[in-house]
Order: sequence, then structure tokens, then C-alpha cells
Amino acid sequence: MRALVWHGKHDVRVDTVDDPEIVNPRDAIIKITSTAICGSDLHLYDGVIPTMRPGDILGHEFMGEVVEVGKGNTRLKKGDRVVVPFVIACGKCFFCEKQQYSACDNSNPADKADMSQMLYGHQMAGLFGYSHLTGGYAGGQAEYVRVPYSDIGPIVVPDDLEDDEVLFLSDILPTGWMAAENCEIEEGDTVAVWGCGPVGLFAIQSALIMGAEQVIAIDHYPHRLELARKLGAKVINYKNARVYEALMEMTGGIGPDAVIDAVGLESHGFAPDNLYDYAKQTLKLETDRPHVLRQAIYACRKGGRVSVPGVYGGFVDKFPVGAFMQKGLTLRTGQTHVQKYLAPLLEMIRERKIDTTFLISHRLPLEQGPDGYRKFAFEQNDTTKVVLKPGWEKSNG
Amino acid sequence: MHHRHHNHGAGRALAAGMLGAAAGAIVLMAARSMMRDNHPMGPEDSPRHAWRRRAGRRWREGAVVGRSITVNAPREEVYSRWRDFSTFPNFMENVVSVTPLDQTRSRWVIEGPAGSTVEFETRITEDRPNELIAWESDEDAEVRNSGRVTFRDAPGGRGTEIEAVIAYDPPGGAVGRMAAKLFQKEPGVQAKRELRRFKQLMETGEISTAASGSASSRA
Repeated sequence: MRALVWHGKHDVRVDTVDDPEIVNPRDAIIKITSTAICGSDLHLYDGVIPTMRPGDILGHEFMGEVVEVGKGNTRLKKGDRVVVPFVIACGKCFFCEKQQYSACDNSNPADKADMSQMLYGHQMAGLFGYSHLTGGYAGGQAEYVRVPYSDIGPIVVPDDLEDDEVLFLSDILPTGWMAAENCEIEEGDTVAVWGCGPVGLFAIQSALIMGAEQVIAIDHYPHRLELARKLGAKVINYKNARVYEALMEMTGGIGPDAVIDAVGLESHGFAPDNLYDYAKQTLKLETDRPHVLRQAIYACRKGGRVSVPGVYGGFVDKFPVGAFMQKGLTLRTGQTHVQKYLAPLLEMIRERKIDTTFLISHRLPLEQGPDGYRKFAFEQNDTTKVVLKPGWEKSNG
Repeated sequence: MHHRHHNHGAGRALAAGMLGAAAGAIVLMAARSMMRDNHPMGPEDSPRHAWRRRAGRRWREGAVVGRSITVNAPREEVYSRWRDFSTFPNFMENVVSVTPLDQTRSRWVIEGPAGSTVEFETRITEDRPNELIAWESDEDAEVRNSGRVTFRDAPGGRGTEIEAVIAYDPPGGAVGRMAAKLFQKEPGVQAKRELRRFKQLMETGEISTAASGSASSRA
């Protein structure tokens, strides 16, 4: 089959590789019809996530048709149209039973789990196409993918909904939703969202649905800020305004009740502390650049909530623990427990309470995947979301 | 599904040789550490295998590894699955086979650190259903070992806590142990992975793997 393969920093190619097969009883093989490039794929593209190996197949946002089912899976059948969560979860361990699927004890293979246990103190769940730290599973930017524990993850979607309407259930929609949920929004709340990429935009939508009085979006790409505004947010372009001052002025000096860092480890911007982080990260002394997180904690009101859907992988320094402690903030974060949100969010899509299709700026055949990565990485103003279609002919794009 | 590594031989022997000098230093350090106080200071409730080296590690008698894991299944089920030694190769990567000879004796074939296979017999020294299994190898075994696996109810209905403590004479002594560690066959690492696989089998009915086909290895 054809698959989008990581070869190194800023080097992804579409290669011919072996077709996946059923390995374990609860597996299924999915023929991919749509698969998106995620903002977090750009961290892999930029080479800042450790334990990637040349030859790894990328992609963790995908959907398609079930073409083969292991004998241990009685829930799916051939021909089912499914969206697959990016988190692989066994459904049986202590954490899965608590619906904390991204903490699954079993989905990271025993020999790979040592790495995350060493780095984080505990092993983390397996993820599709996201380095060997999360299991080394082949991703879904391919014609076919093997889905382990497929009786737990994939959700069957009705035929009257298009791929583009439901694809984002795989990651960014539940991730934006959980980010807003972690804000524990109360009546009258202001929520500030850093980063108007897909997760930030869905977090804005979700926060408004959950009853936030106002949502303030922060970014520097005008097109993305326009999208945020269309969804009902007020916007701050950090190239125009000083973010802390702007937030204080827009909240009567109180500060946002909840703040969302939807940026994560590769924060842009040229504040002095960010340049310092950039230098240190280049020298590999610090793995993550946390400028946004610092600013969000600094701006958050006393007793407020800090929600971090943005991905971090390693260590940071200059964490403003003083502001965090003195103001009595609450920090909630984590990889998304996708499985928990699939059914309710699918229902909201069907009822047209949430629209996700506005986000897609590019639809390309799989063969043009490397192009899609380049656009998403280097033309972020216009490239809000790239969806790859493995079924499309090369000439289609 | 079960897969073994076959990259044995010259590389390991070379690595083992290079480690000779380092191992000498380790033996010296071990001798020094033995002269220090062999007991922790003040109250201490953690298991012995979690102690800092100077507090209890006895190098001259070999090595002790201990690992605990919680399995989301009733104690009776966990015990009886463990009691069937013949299934060990399903989740123990370097165990080739365990053949029960009678009620208490078993014959083990395991992979050694330098690509060799090692065979020995063990006998069960204590067996308290749903609580504890202890075994000991024969006196003349190439890898002398003894072990003890205890089963306790985890608090809050979380299933069963398994604690496995294994004492062994590493093949090739300290050098062998260092070489094994380099190739991740060090018993502490091995035991942790084996317990994880046992837990996966018990909880999910299968062993997690990123392999994408029957032809590829468990990688």
C-alpha cells in the first residue's frame, strides 16, 4: 500500500510499504477514506518529538471502512464506516473503566512502555503514528491501517453524514471540547484561548456552548483570528497588542477566569523569554518552549483555571510556579480521552449544534501529503486544516 | 505472536569483554558497600528491593529484583493463571519453555544473556492458593535462582497486587549482568515487561503490539 512515511526533519514521503494485517483478536483493518494532518504532526515534522524513526508511518486523525475484523471483535463488521480515536485504549484496565482512556495501562507495548515510564514516571497509552514513546504504532495517513482494540475505539457513523463532517471526532473536536470542559466554565466567565489552530477554534466553540460569557482568542494570523471571530470570540493579535494588558482591559482588570494553552511546545513569538527558550531548545538543554503557558498563568485571574490541550513532551524551566501558587490556580491537562466524547459529540454534529467543516482549507490526494505538510507548516495563515484522501487519483489535486 | 531476538553472538561477547574493567570496579564498590550499615536508618515500610543499595543489597550472593503490578482481575483468577507455569513463555520473552514434571517440579529452558540457552529444574517450596507461590532452583543449576510471588487484594476493588521477587546468580557474574543490561535483558527490566504482558493478557485477552503484520517482529 501507499503511506506517508517520516524520514527526518522536514522530510516526509509517500512510500510503498507492506499492507497491515490482523495480528491480535481484537484488531480490525480499516481502509482509509479521509485522514487529516494535525497541528501536533507538525511537532514530528519539525523533529522536536524524540523517538521517531525513519520509516514510521504518520497520521492519527483518520476514518474509513472496516475491511477485516479479528475474531475477538464482535462489535464491528465488514463495511462499517468508522471514525477512529487517535488514542489506543484497551477498555478493560482501571483507567479505561474510569473513562481516562489516554491513561490506558495496556495499549503501549511492554517493551516500549519503559520509555514513557522513565520520562514521565508512568507509561502512557499507545497513540497512532506518534513516535515510539507512544508505542510505535503505524499511523493512518495511508491506504490501510491496523486498529488494535477496535471493539473499544472506533465509532460507527451514519451514511447521511459526510467524511468532512465527522472526521474531526478522531482528535481535534474532542480535544477542543475537553479543553473547554477542563475550564469548568461558570456563568459570566471569560475564557482566553491562546492559539487559533483547529484545537483552539474548537475550544472556542465548545466554551461558548458550555455557557462562557465571552471568549477571547489570541493568535497572530489574521485569517485564523477571523475564523475565531466568526465563531463568536473577541480577538487579540499579539503583534498588535500587548496580551496581558489587553486581557486585563477586556476583563475590567480581573483577568480571564479560565485560560487555554492550545499552542503547546513550539510556541511562536519573539518575547525575550521565548528567544531564551529557543536558544536553549536548539542546544537541547530544554525540550519544550512554554512561552504561552507562562503568559496564560500570568494573565489568569486569582483562583482561575488553566487548561492545557497543547502538547508538551519533555521539560521546561522558568515555570512561573510563584504566580501559580500565589493565585491558587488549578491546572488541568492531558491527552484527550477521545472515546469518552465520541457519542455525545457525534450527536451534536447530527443536530447541527457543532460545525467542523468550516475548518478545512485543503483537500489533497494522499500522494500530495508532503505538499500538505509544507503548506500547514509554512503557510499557516491560509492553511487551517489539510485533509488527505487516499482514494483520490493523483491528478485530482 | 511470541517473538524472540536472534541477534546473539559476537557483539555481545565483545561488549562483555569491554565491560570487564568496569565490572572490576563494580565488584570493588560492592565490597565497599557491604562494609557499610546493612539496615535502613529509622522506620522503613517499603519492600527491601526498593531500598538504596547501601542499605541492603548483597552483591556476593547475586542479585535481587522485585517488581509489583496491579491487575484488574480477582485474586483467585490471577493466582490460578500464574500457577500454570507452562503458560510463562506466552508473556516471558526469554523463557523458551516450562515443563511441569510433577506436582512441584518443573523443567525450565531460558535464553541466556550471550545467546545461549540455559536449562534448570525448579521445585515449589511453598504454595498457598490465592496468596503465594515460592520456588527454588536445584543446587547445581547453571543459573541458581529462587523467587516468591505474592497475591494481595488491591484496595478499593482495583483487583490484585502481584509482587514478584526473584533472587538469582547472574550467568557470567557481574560482567554478564552488565552485558545483559546493555541488551535490555537485565532481570529488573525483563521482570517489569513480563509483568506488564501478564497484566495485558489477564485484562485484555491479548498482548499489545505495534506489529502491523504476522511477518514483522513484536516491535
